[in-house]
Amino acid sequence: MKKLVILGAGTAGTMMANHLVSKLPKSDWEITIIDQYKTHYYQPGFLFLPFDTYTEDQVKKEGKKFIPSGVKYVQKKIEQIYPDENKVVLEADETVNYDVLIVATGSKIAPDEVEGMKGENWHKNIFDFYTFEGALALRNKLRNFKEGKLVVHITEMPIKCPVAPLEFAFLADTYFKKKGIRDKVQITYVTPLDGAFTKEKCSKSLSYLLKEKNIDIVTDFAIEHVDNENNKIVDYVDQEVAYDLLVTVPTNMGDAVIERSGMGDDLNFIPTHHHTLQSLAHENVFVIGDATNVPASKAGSVAHFQAETLTDNILLYIDKKSLKEEFDGHANCFIETGNNKALLIDFNYTQEPVRGTFPIPGIGPMSLLKESTLNHWGKLAFRWIYWNMLLKGIPIPMVGRNMSTKGKKI
Amino acid sequence: MENVNRNEQGYLTDFSQWTKEVAQEIATEQEIGELTDKHWEVIEYLQEKNKNEEPLSIRGIKKSGVINIKEFYALFPGGPLKMSTMVAGIPKPKSCI
Repeated sequence: MKKLVILGAGTAGTMMANHLVSKLPKSDWEITIIDQYKTHYYQPGFLFLPFDTYTEDQVKKEGKKFIPSGVKYVQKKIEQIYPDENKVVLEADETVNYDVLIVATGSKIAPDEVEGMKGENWHKNIFDFYTFEGALALRNKLRNFKEGKLVVHITEMPIKCPVAPLEFAFLADTYFKKKGIRDKVQITYVTPLDGAFTKEKCSKSLSYLLKEKNIDIVTDFAIEHVDNENNKIVDYVDQEVAYDLLVTVPTNMGDAVIERSGMGDDLNFIPTHHHTLQSLAHENVFVIGDATNVPASKAGSVAHFQAETLTDNILLYIDKKSLKEEFDGHANCFIETGNNKALLIDFNYTQEPVRGTFPIPGIGPMSLLKESTLNHWGKLAFRWIYWNMLLKGIPIPMVGRNMSTKGKKI
Repeated sequence: MENVNRNEQGYLTDFSQWTKEVAQEIATEQEIGELTDKHWEVIEYLQEKNKNEEPLSIRGIKKSGVINIKEFYALFPGGPLKMSTMVAGIPKPKSCI
């Protein structure tokens, strides 16, 4: 019996289990998925939880429910991967051997990387919204927030869902307007990049948004430390931004097990072939989702498109055939802009987001890089699609794994 | 510089066109001035990181110990990462939009 082991039962790992269970012959292959956590979170929901748009129950379910029968589910902590010995060691020294390994251990926030961030005021007036606990604590804080300076801040790139902090600022504008206190809240967006929009066409199409919503922006801000005493973030040249409420996206890093196993770069992301998703160091180790170092967005849609290519490549690898160099960095993301509107972007490694119609060229009904109410409903409908289609590996109609240039104004 | 392809913001679109002379011309144009040994050290480091597809950040550069961060700001005034990457002929750190 040969063994395929998947590390991580998040979006990418769960999708791979569902894809492979029907593709690998049961008589020859045993599939195991390992994850220490019981709960599967709908991470895009963490954007809505702070604003009371989603409830706690809408963003979490028991992970086991999404693992198909026929796949062995092990809820244990992964201590270390030994890729040269084709084995993984779990808690209590349990060893799991593999013939093929899929690493889907994701990325996490690392607030300890910045001095003072995870200090005395963490989850008091400094919050993240990239964890369930952070988003929930922030919701409770926002319910009682009456006035002051809200600072939405990115520590450094790359981050999971790179547009989420901008969406947070837009939704905060709507939230405070609805509460009738927008004039008492100053919203500032602080980024280490040289603008809120860093790509040419996006910058031209979308720069009006910040002005329209009266959101101030501070660019090229590389945080050095958080001054908890004076409620300020300070950069390397002593530039300061004061806050009453800091919503920060800390440094994002791959899981600590990748560092312990010596498999990652400085941020614990695994060097991975951009188009085959095979790890560069070990031919029987494949990497998917946020755990890779590929220059695609760290997003569920990317993992979804990757999963289709990776499934084919696992089968090709097992048959000793050459792998498809197919994955193109395709991402497809809704971006909330507040007031019940959203944008949709569809792009890949080389093609930046542009205007157009999606998914049917010339018809839509979705519009690309342009605000619409329909896009907003698309984003909200996505929660159902996630739980009922995406995790199960069901293809989304008319949306292919590779980006199509049809219907795009390139 | 006439034969060097650059985008609207001034970044090289083809690294193979980068030379030390091109770097110096960009530095002069961006009012960074004469490139010193320390500049070249940083440029080589950035190019190496870029070759290995590792993301660039000020925190990462600080951790690497290649340069003192206050000095990095002084060497490349006007936003050290966006200026140093332009001189090094590599893309500036970006987001997806």
